[in-house]
Amino acid sequence: MTHPLLLIVLLPLAGFLVNGLVGGRAGPRFVSAVGCGLPIAAFAITVKCFLDLSASGAPIVDPVYTWAAFDGHSFEVAFVFDRLAAVMTLIVTGVGSLIHVYSIGYMKDDRGYARYFAYLNVFLFFMLMLVLGKSLLILFVGWEGVGLASYLLIGFWFEDAAKARAGKKAFITNRVGDAGFLLGMFVLYQAVGTLDMGTINAAFASATPPAVSATLVGILLFIGATGKSAQIPLHVWLPDAMAGPTPVSALIHAATMVTAGVYMTARMSAIYLAAPEASQVIAVVGVATAFFAATIAVVQTDIKKVLAYSTISQLGLMFVAIGVGAYGVAIFHLYTHAFFKACLFLGAGSVIHALGGEQDIRKMGGLARRIPITFVTFAVATAAIAGIPPLAGFFSKDEILWFALASDRGGSTALFAAASVTALLTAFYMFRLLWLTFFGASRMDAKTEHHVHESPPSMTGVLVVLAIGSAIGGFVAIPHYLEPLLPLPAVQSAMAHLEHPVVYMSVALGFIGLAAAAYFFGGAAKRAAGLRARFAGLHRVLSGKYFVDEAYDALLARPLTWISERVFLGLGDRMLLDGTLHGLTGFARRTAGVLARVQTGNLQFYLFLAVLGLVAALGWSWQHG
Amino acid sequence: MDKTQLLVGLGVMLFAAGLVGVMVRRNALVMLMCMELMLNGVNLTLVSFAQQTGATEGAVLVFLVFVVAAAEVAIAIPILLLLARARRTLDVEAYADLKG
Repeated sequence: MTHPLLLIVLLPLAGFLVNGLVGGRAGPRFVSAVGCGLPIAAFAITVKCFLDLSASGAPIVDPVYTWAAFDGHSFEVAFVFDRLAAVMTLIVTGVGSLIHVYSIGYMKDDRGYARYFAYLNVFLFFMLMLVLGKSLLILFVGWEGVGLASYLLIGFWFEDAAKARAGKKAFITNRVGDAGFLLGMFVLYQAVGTLDMGTINAAFASATPPAVSATLVGILLFIGATGKSAQIPLHVWLPDAMAGPTPVSALIHAATMVTAGVYMTARMSAIYLAAPEASQVIAVVGVATAFFAATIAVVQTDIKKVLAYSTISQLGLMFVAIGVGAYGVAIFHLYTHAFFKACLFLGAGSVIHALGGEQDIRKMGGLARRIPITFVTFAVATAAIAGIPPLAGFFSKDEILWFALASDRGGSTALFAAASVTALLTAFYMFRLLWLTFFGASRMDAKTEHHVHESPPSMTGVLVVLAIGSAIGGFVAIPHYLEPLLPLPAVQSAMAHLEHPVVYMSVALGFIGLAAAAYFFGGAAKRAAGLRARFAGLHRVLSGKYFVDEAYDALLARPLTWISERVFLGLGDRMLLDGTLHGLTGFARRTAGVLARVQTGNLQFYLFLAVLGLVAALGWSWQHG
Repeated sequence: MDKTQLLVGLGVMLFAAGLVGVMVRRNALVMLMCMELMLNGVNLTLVSFAQQTGATEGAVLVFLVFVVAAAEVAIAIPILLLLARARRTLDVEAYADLKG
């Protein structure tokens, strides 16, 4: 294999083409075989590349071809497989393949079965391009491509106008971020003269950094990341993105695509190391997003919305790690999050599947005995995200908390406090979800109650694999593995003695959240109701998601609509353009009306005119002859 | 009165009769025939002058007119046939669809 990396990228593309072109006619067995087989093959090649990488230690570079060359500059399509790319590619192809397999059962009866797998494969193609690309340009192609795939899959059931709107919202919100990303790329290209990420990092790390403000570049690239990774202020699209099929939410809007921003900032870490101000911005935005999203998740009643806000919150925590210079830790949390959040979403999918489409947790309850495998895996993943040791989330979250406190690159008590409260809230809302869904008395109506059934093995099997990953994934020391590439920040000496207390506190937070959720939602229903009644105002604000959508609507959407309708449509289009054209046609019409009287339809009259003309012409030539 | 004058006079009369016919008659077929009459009046004039001056161009031009007249009839008759079939009449008053 001379181009192993190219092959990894192209296999899902082949799946897209085959399923997209002939899948509709070939039948579901063929579609499943192609749609799942090729990603699994890509995963196998990734594992082989990973083993090669471990054996040789040198990154695999795969130059494919020169895209464009001029004036001594060239844009190469090239892929690189170093330790960071290895972790990301393994997550993308591994978790991606699992979710493909899960989709066989989940989407079984859907009319757009082949279309679904084609979209899922094209997503994988672009995502692999994103994580394997050697230059920012290739990364950007993948970046835009996953946005497209996300749009297509959110609006997968496009007959429903609300779902199609959610897809549009995701796409347009992402464009705002992409504008920042593009500007960042332009500035970088002008300053460094290349978009190769290795060269850019080396340039910023060298003794003579390029003549450009690293803070500016860092902030611009981070704006791109806020769009893709749903950080404040561009987080509004992700909760709406839950309109797509649940496996899509698991793959794209939890495990892989939304982490692209984290990956990109970690990949460009040399810029952020040279830009403490930009890093500070990232840390603050990250912790604010983490906290606010967690508070919203506490009151959500849609099972997928809770998980969506949880995803936003966890992404915020990853950005906290990026902001304090602990890039490896951010990737570590990305990795553990991929397992437990994929498991949670797929578990939620299994619940929704069991209840025949019901998503409201107020109408669930008592499912633990009815769908035991889903329950156990969901519980494991919940404990993992809540940070209960020794599950995966505990390790990564603990490290984020530790570096938020002690990193000498911007760690502070305030950051630590906010991140800790977020961790507490995470445990609380996740166990609330677990309790309302699986414990207590059933609140389902009789018809749904009768319909409840455990999902097929192709779905539960995937849940079990992901639950095992969520349970033991934390023992893989990703930050240590990435250290040659992304060194961890030094620890402030004043804080060094606090390492163990932070661990204890982190464990305690998980259990306090568990206990609080058990108290309020495990016992009599009036406890939760009493809490809600006492903080009615707060509850309204949280249920309204801080009214960010409404604010955007009032500040951006409505003025834009007003300008479009009044100025561009009313003045420009209707009056200026249409007015001119209507004036011209009106003139032509009136003139024609006058001239048309000559056309009597009487042949003899025409002849008479012709003869008259002839005589006149003859007479004239007689006169002037 | 010399022969050429007579023949030219006859040609003019033929032409005038044709012209008047085209302008006053309503029947499309008759109008077509009147047009032929006009063409023949012109032909007669051409031949007469060709005889008188001894130039051959006039005679050649007559053949040209014949060809044009034959082609015209070959196209005009089918058109008239179709019109007559569609409208069940040959009255040109009925063909006033393009009236403004």
